[in-house]
Amino acid sequence: MTLGYVLLAFGGLALVSAVTRGFFMIPEREVPIPPWLREALRYAPLAALVAVLLPEIAMTGDHLVDTWKDARIYATAAGILVFCTTRSLLGTILAGSAVLLALRLGLGW
Amino acid sequence: MTDSRPLWRHPEFARGARDMRDVALGIGAWGLVAGIAMTKSGLGPALAVLMSLSVFAGSAQLAALPLIVQGAPLWVVWATAFCVNLRFVIFSAGWRLYFGELPRWRRVLVTYFTVDFSYIAFMRRFPAPGPMSDQVAYVAGTGTVSWMAWQGMTVLGAVLADVIPSRWGLGFAGSLALLGITASLLVDRATWIAAIVAACAAFATFALPFHLNIVVAIAAAMAIGVLIDHVAPARGAATPLKDAA
Repeated sequence: MTLGYVLLAFGGLALVSAVTRGFFMIPEREVPIPPWLREALRYAPLAALVAVLLPEIAMTGDHLVDTWKDARIYATAAGILVFCTTRSLLGTILAGSAVLLALRLGLGW
Repeated sequence: MTDSRPLWRHPEFARGARDMRDVALGIGAWGLVAGIAMTKSGLGPALAVLMSLSVFAGSAQLAALPLIVQGAPLWVVWATAFCVNLRFVIFSAGWRLYFGELPRWRRVLVTYFTVDFSYIAFMRRFPAPGPMSDQVAYVAGTGTVSWMAWQGMTVLGAVLADVIPSRWGLGFAGSLALLGITASLLVDRATWIAAIVAACAAFATFALPFHLNIVVAIAAAMAIGVLIDHVAPARGAATPLKDAA
């Protein structure tokens, strides 16, 4: 992770923000969206998030978590529980972080 | 433009700003989490703030973050952010109905500063599609408030994170935020199945180089999603097909 790489990544990401937010603003004429594409696009953000999340919450290195002494399991479970009961994003973050913090500091997991 | 007043003196600017006031709390809390998560991931406070200032897209930033820290190929970082941002592509088709007559650079500039909440507020304020003279001032008002709430709280998060020990695991707050967003997208049977397929595909192809498993997962989820919609249309699907067979 060199500084040049990070800066280039940020520059490209800024461009991605501008291009996605202004996607249909860029051409001079209006562009029709085919229905199948509109339909398929619905699943892309979900899949990207799942694929990025998986190693963050359920994997160690290149394999699935294989110990019960991993604070992330319980933090994730707490987050899911709070989200299912309250539908609150902030509540999900706070509950998960609190469980993680308690297990890390209390039990050293 | 017949109106010679500066944008921020326009009454619609104030109205747009006011309509975003309550939402700004949520944006600020989200910015605080992102600031902490980015700093704790290994970027450090200065780069975390720089990322927010340039990218200005919370979920895309948090999704790109672990990939950047691991030094993934740039095109995979960008493609992942693009997919997470795809909802904005859909929104931009909506914006076009209102701002299509502006010059191109102004069209793109206006939408760069819009977030999910500005779209919702704007469509509530101007339900009838079509350009009106007050719309740029209104959207500028919403954009200013959301930008300031997001950037201000990101800086605060970055500063706070720098004094909190890494051992507390606050970087995980970013993953928890993505977890909540993912859960909110699971609205029907088709999205659940697409998510499970994506998880299996991402895990099965984890050994692929360059984080290509993310691309495989997206392709698999899109294919299974379209298949489900055509074979057995789910009740209450978010985007029903007009030409369903």
